[in-house]
Amino acid sequence: METKQPVVEMKGITKTFPGVKALSNVDLRLYAGEVHALMGENGAGKSTLVKVLTGVYPYDEGITELEGREFKVDTPLEAQEMGISTVYQEVNLCSNLSVVENIFIGREIMKGGKIDWKEMNQRAVEVLARLHLNIDVSKQLSSFSVAIQQMVAIARALNVSAKVLILDEPTSSLDANEVKQLFAIMEKLRDEGLALIFISHFLDQVYEISDRITVLRNGECIGEYMTADLPRLELVSKMIGKELNNFESIAQKNEEKEDDGDVLLEAEKVFKKGSIQAFNLKIRRGEIVGLAGLLGSGRTELARLLFGADKADSGKITFKGRKVALSSPQKAISNGIAFSSENRKKEGIIADLTIRENMMLAIQARKGWFNYISKKKQNVIVKTYIDLLNINPPNPEQLIKNLSGGNQQKVLLARWLITNPELLILDEPTRGIDIGAKGEIQKLMLKLSEEGMSIVFISAELEEILRTCQKIVVMRDHEKVAEIQNDTNVTQQSIMKKMAGGM
Amino acid sequence: MKSLKLKSQHVPVMVTLILFLTMFAFGALRYDNFFSTQVFLNLFVNNAFLIIAAVGMTFVIISGGIDLSVGSVIALTSMVAASLLQDGQFSALTVIPISLLVGTTLGFIMGCVIHFFNLQPFIVTLAGLFLARGLAYLVSIETISINNPFFSYMASARIPILDGFISISVIISLIVVALGIFIAKSTKFGRNIYAIGGNEQSAVLMGLPVGRTKILIYTLSGFCASLAGLVFTFYMLSGYALHANGLELDVIAAVVIGGTLLTGGMGYVAGSVFGVLILGIIQTIIVFEGTLSSWWTKIAVGVLLLAFIVFQRVFITLSENKNTIKPSGTNEQEALKLKSGVKPGTTAGRG
Repeated sequence: METKQPVVEMKGITKTFPGVKALSNVDLRLYAGEVHALMGENGAGKSTLVKVLTGVYPYDEGITELEGREFKVDTPLEAQEMGISTVYQEVNLCSNLSVVENIFIGREIMKGGKIDWKEMNQRAVEVLARLHLNIDVSKQLSSFSVAIQQMVAIARALNVSAKVLILDEPTSSLDANEVKQLFAIMEKLRDEGLALIFISHFLDQVYEISDRITVLRNGECIGEYMTADLPRLELVSKMIGKELNNFESIAQKNEEKEDDGDVLLEAEKVFKKGSIQAFNLKIRRGEIVGLAGLLGSGRTELARLLFGADKADSGKITFKGRKVALSSPQKAISNGIAFSSENRKKEGIIADLTIRENMMLAIQARKGWFNYISKKKQNVIVKTYIDLLNINPPNPEQLIKNLSGGNQQKVLLARWLITNPELLILDEPTRGIDIGAKGEIQKLMLKLSEEGMSIVFISAELEEILRTCQKIVVMRDHEKVAEIQNDTNVTQQSIMKKMAGGM
Repeated sequence: MKSLKLKSQHVPVMVTLILFLTMFAFGALRYDNFFSTQVFLNLFVNNAFLIIAAVGMTFVIISGGIDLSVGSVIALTSMVAASLLQDGQFSALTVIPISLLVGTTLGFIMGCVIHFFNLQPFIVTLAGLFLARGLAYLVSIETISINNPFFSYMASARIPILDGFISISVIISLIVVALGIFIAKSTKFGRNIYAIGGNEQSAVLMGLPVGRTKILIYTLSGFCASLAGLVFTFYMLSGYALHANGLELDVIAAVVIGGTLLTGGMGYVAGSVFGVLILGIIQTIIVFEGTLSSWWTKIAVGVLLLAFIVFQRVFITLSENKNTIKPSGTNEQEALKLKSGVKPGTTAGRG
């Protein structure tokens, strides 16, 4: 069986960006007539691998072979000419041009020194017919839905004699019907002998369409498996890098609160297209709600909706018994909701300001910029939180960029704590910080919740969630799939099963 | 042909055309002698150089860039031509190619700087503006008049047409326009410009030669500016470093009024021609009015420009909303239906 030769083989690919090893020693084999799923969490290196294959990035080490012969491409155009085409997540076409042009641009049909529009129109209709698509090809691309734009992108890829077609998250902005349509076409192309790469966060879709799976984690190749031989649970554990049998059971549980407390926030059928399926959620006063799920499963999207950073398409949010329109972070903040972002470098800290200035940002913004908090008052507040959170160095005038990740995280936390929120949303507050700081942040969360603050806690580490949260919401494929009251019966394994789905 | 329905991307140009006709009708009704062939032809005669510069600028703006050096390049070209012709040192046959090389070279250099250093066209061409203007002063701070016979001929020759006349410069400008339309519509280079203006990132990923195209765009604009400078020299029969001061802004205004999107990706060479004609007709109306100061031209252009930019924004927002509001419009559902035996060519007959 394994005697057939791969169309494309990548061996030992290593790619380093300044400061980061994006890929190290990665192998990939693509076979004709197969859909090959590339799996891994965000940042695992899937997109980098694809970009290396298609000549967007050069690679540092390794070999790429096409039909047994070594080859090297320097530009996407060269890759296309060799028969390797990509349809990117964001449809990378020019929406200001017509459908015909988007299919042909770069290799227009010329006749007598000018572009032969008539012939191109004709050919475009033909190639789209192969995808069962019948549209007015002379219309601007922007007048069609994303699904059709995606088909046009595929048509563009097919128009050269493609051997390999790479689909990078093609389904992320399609609805169920459109996905079905796309899969029908993928199957057709597979049967015609193309090798397809399929990248997706949706496990259901991967199991539906793919024949072979390669798992990446942190830029490393974890392995290549036949889809049929790889149970979902195993796939998930390979993606997040935890062996299932190695779990220690968590002894320490937070005490169950007998009285449920009144409901602080209630979301009903909140929905945003392309971001999250309609969900209901109740958060009680003093409750810590954990959001579990793979990266890209919709955890952050849910949190952003609660904070008003994204606007929901439909649904209702009640806060303290009142219906509120959380249409902007500003409104959320004035309602007493705080959000500490997952990406502290990009969205959180302001590197060139001091600890004090970073801490004061949110409270000052809430009070209004004309209501200046005197330096003296600031110092008192900042001192309190530096002590409370054990921030090191305890110097308020230190620039925050000189602090370690954990201490930066604490400053961010302090920024929001100062505003004394009633609901605190923490998106991966413990990522990339050392174990000691992690413990302190967890302890603090428990203390705050005892004082009556509600917390939404997003973490990739199930252990943390189990230790701190009263309620666990499990996300999968941009959908809330389960809500679990945390007690001693809940284990990492049972949550993971829910994260993987289809069991 | 396909359908008589107006395509949405043609709307801005149609608005320009209608505006031009309205203004012409307004002039014709208000003033005697306005409605004559010669008044119309003079719009071309007086603005031939502007039309040529606008063609180059159209490509630049469609690509999402801007070229501020145009006015200075016109001045520099006229100075170079005038000083070389002085005292009959060189013949017109030598001077003309050299003058044309001035802007072309500068445009090429600016294009390279923009591409290789990944700089904003605004700032690079602003540097070009100062450089070219400075070089023009370096040639001479005085006006240099031209008495070369060929140049004089180009200045005075009249080609009768209907019951009026046009100059040779008009013929040149119309040839440039025709070439411009051809490049925009029927060459790979032209289509790549639209693609870059629509989404440069996509253009790179689609494997288009983005760098080469960008350099060529500014080279082309530089060439057009130089040719415009030459035509301007025919018109003025002199070189002066202060010529065409701030003209680049008139050119940009004409292109935008002509329906080209300032953000790139959309526009037509023919639209820019009408943009220039609209600027011309405003001037003509003010001349006919007699009592108004010429500054009213600026006011009118300012108002029009503002109106057009606002119109473009509204137009874009509307057409974007149209696509997002209807979730899966009827024609798309129809399109998405699995049609097993689609025969090529069936779309042409629809609608």
